[in-house]
Formats: sequence, structure tokens, C-alpha cells
Amino acid sequence: MSIKRRTLLAAAITGCLLSSFSFSVAAEAKLDKIHFLIPGGAGGGWDGTARGTGEALTKSGLVNEASFQNMSGGGGGKAIAHLIETAKNSPNTLMVNSTPIVVRSITKVFPQSFRDLTPVAGTIADYGAFVVKNDSPLTDWSQAVALFKENPRKLKFAGGSARGSLDHLVAAAVIKAEGLDPRTLKYIPYDAGGKAMAGLLSGEAKILSTGLGEALALAKGGQVRILGITAPERVSDAPDVKTMTEMGNATVFANWRGFFAAPGVSKEQVAKWNETLEAMYKTPEWETVRSRNGWVNVYKNADEFYTFLEQQEEQLGSLMKELGFLK
Amino acid sequence: MWEGIYIGVTTAVMPFNLLMLFVGCFAGTFIGMLPGLGPVSAVALMIPITYGLDPSSGIILMAGVYYGAVFGGSTSSILINAPGCASTVVTAFDGYPMAQRGQAGKALALAAYSSFVGGTIGAIFLIFFAPMLATVSLSFQSSDYFALMVLGLTAVAAFAGKGNILKALMMCVLGLMLSTVGTDRSNGVERFTFGSIEFIDGLSFLLLAMATFALAEVVMSVMNKSTDAQQSKVNNTSSLGSMKLTKAEIKKVAPTVVRSSVLGFVVGVLPGAGATIAAFLAYGVERNFASAKDKLGFGKGSLRGLAAPEAANNAASTGSFVPLLTLGIPGSGTTAVMLGALIASGIQPGPQLFIDHPDVFWSVIVSMYLGNVVLLILNLPLIPYIAKLLEVPRPILIPLILFFSLTGVYLVSFNAFDIQVMVIICIAAIGLKLLDFPLAPMLLGFILGGMLEDNLRRALLIHDESMSFLWERPLTAVIMTIAMLALFGQPLLNFIRSKVGQRKEQDVFDSE
Repeated sequence: MSIKRRTLLAAAITGCLLSSFSFSVAAEAKLDKIHFLIPGGAGGGWDGTARGTGEALTKSGLVNEASFQNMSGGGGGKAIAHLIETAKNSPNTLMVNSTPIVVRSITKVFPQSFRDLTPVAGTIADYGAFVVKNDSPLTDWSQAVALFKENPRKLKFAGGSARGSLDHLVAAAVIKAEGLDPRTLKYIPYDAGGKAMAGLLSGEAKILSTGLGEALALAKGGQVRILGITAPERVSDAPDVKTMTEMGNATVFANWRGFFAAPGVSKEQVAKWNETLEAMYKTPEWETVRSRNGWVNVYKNADEFYTFLEQQEEQLGSLMKELGFLK
Repeated sequence: MWEGIYIGVTTAVMPFNLLMLFVGCFAGTFIGMLPGLGPVSAVALMIPITYGLDPSSGIILMAGVYYGAVFGGSTSSILINAPGCASTVVTAFDGYPMAQRGQAGKALALAAYSSFVGGTIGAIFLIFFAPMLATVSLSFQSSDYFALMVLGLTAVAAFAGKGNILKALMMCVLGLMLSTVGTDRSNGVERFTFGSIEFIDGLSFLLLAMATFALAEVVMSVMNKSTDAQQSKVNNTSSLGSMKLTKAEIKKVAPTVVRSSVLGFVVGVLPGAGATIAAFLAYGVERNFASAKDKLGFGKGSLRGLAAPEAANNAASTGSFVPLLTLGIPGSGTTAVMLGALIASGIQPGPQLFIDHPDVFWSVIVSMYLGNVVLLILNLPLIPYIAKLLEVPRPILIPLILFFSLTGVYLVSFNAFDIQVMVIICIAAIGLKLLDFPLAPMLLGFILGGMLEDNLRRALLIHDESMSFLWERPLTAVIMTIAMLALFGQPLLNFIRSKVGQRKEQDVFDSE
């Protein structure tokens, strides 16, 4: 109800704003409704992505109605199983997910993989960032590599999740790309990104592997320095931060967030969703949501997304095999 | 600084913002009273509403909701033994026995006053020392947290009645064991999941608390007809009791409240601890301070046992804003949601906030504090009405408690399996209760277990598998020493006293 009322309000406001421009194009509703399935509880990253996307879509009038359903459990496995079970009754359902779906299907946390669903689109991404405290003697990446070469125990990588999860894997990937043995990497796990950051600032950890979004605010505040990011090219939000490829390290890694539909959904329906999401990027409503959350637009339509997922599965799978997480 | 406070106050007392504060406090209290729905859910629910408001009004609304929810949580802990949120679990230990004795009004009033003092002391510290405290919050490393958790475990003695220490220790170990269920947070290995994906995320503290307290209590009261009759008699005659605290009582709890507020604030400032740990610690410390006679009262409706966790959890909630506002680091689930909300209003917390936007910084802090004031004004007159809940006939009240406890847990995770787990834990808890095992030590072991393990393993990793940090790092060594004193100090003192006493007797004997 509140969404509808606010949609009207937003429509009225946008209407007023746009009426003064001759080239204004009134957004035309492309879809009647989308039901977002969120594999985690309220307040998490998945929750924010789904609700933010829903907000932008309804406020801009691209979709008439958005509903949300939280279903946590099994590291997201519960929601995947639910989506497959109720495939026939959920033609309008989009489940939000992110890179861990690839990791957790490789490690068989849940039996399904993205192949058992219909990948619809990758919408946003965050790149890996390597961060040191502002008073750290390390001023650039090559010094960090030199220290690691001297003794891996001297450069333990901290991260905001358990061993074998993304923060660890990204650190292992860059070490591997330097021609070093990723198995010698010492990883210090924290149970949340914020706590890992506190660990870095307390001085007990020397370098932190995290997402750029999380590191950027503190870097702007001058408490930490970002030595490098795993983006293919420099990011507009942080134009001074070097990419790993610039520094001769071939690692490119994106932690994506995107949407999946139930298995067996028609090609036409997927095309409609793609069309709607593509249109969403051009709306000011999306820009508001995006900048509020510090997200980076990285759009991949259904086909590109599928190819990307296959590549990522290969990239992460071989790395995890090398690290001994897979037999 | 006074200029900043002035700006903050003038922003906060604008009619619309005051209205938002009242609305927020009221809504927060209400949401918080529903068992299971705590400040995290309440603040998350409010975020969409704040999009339509200007930033300062939005933050003021959210501050009201936040404090309201913490306050509401203690109300349901006291009245029906169903903790509204994790940080008010300890409130139930002595609050519910008070309500059962017919002192519901006094318990609610004391909780309100203690929370208010806790919030006030917290706010004063925040205003005067926030930038300074930022360094304190970053001085704690994993080994220090480990020592702090060990200190927390010594509070187990607080939950053991006389001669029950062995049972309390057994339950504490059970709690530690339960905390290992699920994906291990260091290595990502699944433990005790029995191959089922349902256990991958582990058990939730709130679920455990609800099942062992609210559910087990309700089922026990149905099973046990005689106490049922007794209780309903108590309820019918004097359900509210007097709200007034006598002078002697105020004198007794005042030092408790001040001590617990300071302790709670310091624990809250640490990004790795939080309000729940603060409440447990304050309760344990307060019992250690108590005289032998007072000690027996803990767990049976002790005023100090109620005031300590209430003051501590509120002070800790305020304290947790130190790392959030000055560093941009969220230390708990609630502050993480608040961080999201602040960013959504265009405010990026961090060291720059204090310098670039002092007006925002101060209006956040002032509105936090006004939230406390409004809560007191709003809720004291409401206590008689809220306490009327106890006059609801038991045949209606019991299904209501069951309903709200179960849906409360479900609404956090939206996972039906949680309800099945709750029922199983409830049955086990009833068995343990009948065998006279105290359940609070299990919760203590559970809440501390995870952090105890994570921090120890992390400290070992950092120090290359050497335990030397226990004596080489001064802060760790100091906290460990305090823990050892808390554990062995009393017996040691008794031993020395008896020796000295013997010698004195001997002296007397010799001189004759």
C-alpha cells in the first residue's frame, strides 16, 4: 500500500520535474509485477539489493508493483530449493543472489548450481580491494609482494569472512598471479567486514582483503590506503586507485549481484526482464539508489551473465582446488 | 563544541522533529515489545519511511525507534519472560521473578529509570570523549577480546544458586557446545550439521533464549497446576504493585546503575562486543560486588540484578555509536543497519563527519539523547496500562505468548524450520528445568562461545600458533588477571581470612 502511494507521489513529482523539458519521455510500465525472493534476512546485502532495485523500478514506473519475500537458511540454499520446487507458480519471481552462489555450489554446500535456475541478469558489482592502515610502511603493491616473498608470515591477509570464502579467494588469486604459491598465504578470518576493518585499524592485521565499496569511505577519511583493486579498469568513484592489471598483476575479479528466475521460464519473459532492467539504468530513481549504496553498475544480460558465471565457476573452481578446498 | 550542541538541540526541538521523536519512540516501544522483534528489525522497518523525510528528521525518527525498541524489549522480558531482543535477555533473569511476586510496576519503573541513567551517562561520555574514545575502540585486538570473553564466562557463578555451581558449569559447557553448531566462522567447515543445510547457519541466540525462557516457562505453568493457581491469585490481587521505589531501594541500586552504565558504555565502544555481552558482564560483575546475603537474591527478583543489565545495555547501545560515528565502523547488527540508514540520508560517518559536518554529528547525538528523555516521559505514565497485560486471563495470555514467541522468531528468519527447532529445544529445556538445572548459564556459554573461539583462533593465527600473547600483551594479561581474581578471589580471600582468624584465635589462646 505504501509503495503504491509513494509511487503516485513519485510519479507526481517526476511529472512536475519533467514537464519543463521538451524531450522528457514518460517511463512506460514494462511489467505489471515482480516478486523478489531474498535468500537472507532483513538488512543484509541481498536484502538491500532487492529492495533497492524494487524501489527504483516502481518509483520510475517501469514496474507497477513489487513485492518482497525473505527466506533465510542454508547459506541461501533454502531459497534456491524453494524457487525450484515452486517453479510453476512463480512466473514473476526474481531471486537475488551474488558470487557466493558459485562458491557454495562448487563446495556442495547446496546440491544445486546456477544451471538449475534461469540466470536473468547481473546488475551491480563490487571489486576486491587490498587495504593497509594509513601509517603502514607499505606504500604500494610491489612492497607488499616483496614482503610476502621474504616470508608469507610477515604479510597475513585479513578478511571479513571464513577461510575459503571470497575475501580469502581473491587474496589467493592475486598471490597466484604474482607467481607465488597461494597455499603459503596466511589468512585471518573475521566474522564481518566491519570487524575486519577494526582489526586492521587496531594494528593486528597488516593488510585487508575486502570490497572496494567498504574500503572507499575509510580511504576518503584518510584512515586507510588502498593499494590496488581487482577491476579491469579504474573506477570513477576512486580515480586515483590503481588496478592490479596496471601493476602487472593479471587478476580481475568482480563480486557481482544479480537476479535468477525459476527453471523453465520462457525466453520471452527473460527478454522482458532484461529490457526492463536495461531501462532502469537510465532512470534518475536508479541513480539515487545506486549512489546511496555506492554500487557500481555492471550490467550483464541473460546470455552474457550465463557465460560470465561459467567463467567465474572455472576461475574459482581451479583456485579452490589448488588451495585444497576441493578434492 | 557548545555551539555544536546548540545547533543539535535547535534542530532536534523543531516541532516536526519532536513529533518524529515521539512517533519513533512509540512505534519502537511497540515493535520492541513483540518477542523476538528487536532494534534491528525495528530500524530496518523504518528505513523506507525515512526516504521521504529530510535527513535530520529521518535520523531523529530512527533514534527514537532504536531506543524505543530496546526499552520495549525489557518490558516483554519482565512481564512475560519473553525477551524482546537479545540485549534484554538478562533483564528477564530478575525482572520476571519480580513481576511474578506482584512487583511488575516497580520492575518496569526501575527498568525505565536504569535505562534512562544508562543512556544519560552514555550520552555524556559520547559528547565529551567520542573522538578520544575512538582510539580506545581500536586498541582492542583479538587476544584482548578473548580475555574479555573469559572474564565474561566467570559470570557463570552469578547464575548458580548455592551448591548448584556444578550444574551451572555443566549448563555453561552445554551452551559452549551449542555455539559450535553450524559453519565454523574461521575455517568455513560445517560442524554438527548432520549433513542438513538447515543447520549451516547455526542456532540463533534469540531462538534459544525464547525457547528456553518464554516457551518453557509457559508450558511449565500449564503443566504445573498448583503454581498456576498460585500465580493467577497473585496476578489477580496485585498485578501491578507499587511503582514507587523507596529511598532505601534507590540508595541500594544507585551505585549499581552508575557502575553498570560505565561498564556498559566501555563494552559498547568495542566494535567486537555489544549490548548483549555488556548486559551479561554487568550482571556478573554486580553479583561479584554484592554481599553474601544479596548474592542469594540474584535470579529471584533482585533489584540490583534488574538494574545492572538495563543500565548496561542502554549505555552500551549509546557506546556503540562511538566506532560508528567517529570511524564509520559498525560493531553490531543494529549499528550496521543504522550505518545504512545514515548513508541513505547522505551522511557518511567517519572521522571527517566531526570536522566537515559538525551540525549533523551533534544533531545525531542530541537526538539520540532526547530519545531517552522522551521515552521516559512517554512510558512512565503508560506503565500501569502496559502492566495490565498481566491481568489478561491465563487461558488467553498463554496462547498469546506462544503465538508471539513463535511468530517473533519466524519473522526474523522467515524459516519454518526455526519453529521446529524451538519446540525441540523447549522440550529439552523443560526436562532440564525439572532436573533443577539453571538455564541462564547455557545462554551465557552460547553467546560468549562463538566469540571466545573466533578470537582465540584468530589470536593464535596472528601470533603464529603461540600462546605467548596471554602474558606478553599487557592489555590481555590485565584482563586475564581480573578474570582469575573474579573466579578465585573469593575462595582465596575466605581461605586467607580463615587462616588469619585461626592465628588470631591462637594469639588469644597464647596470651591467656
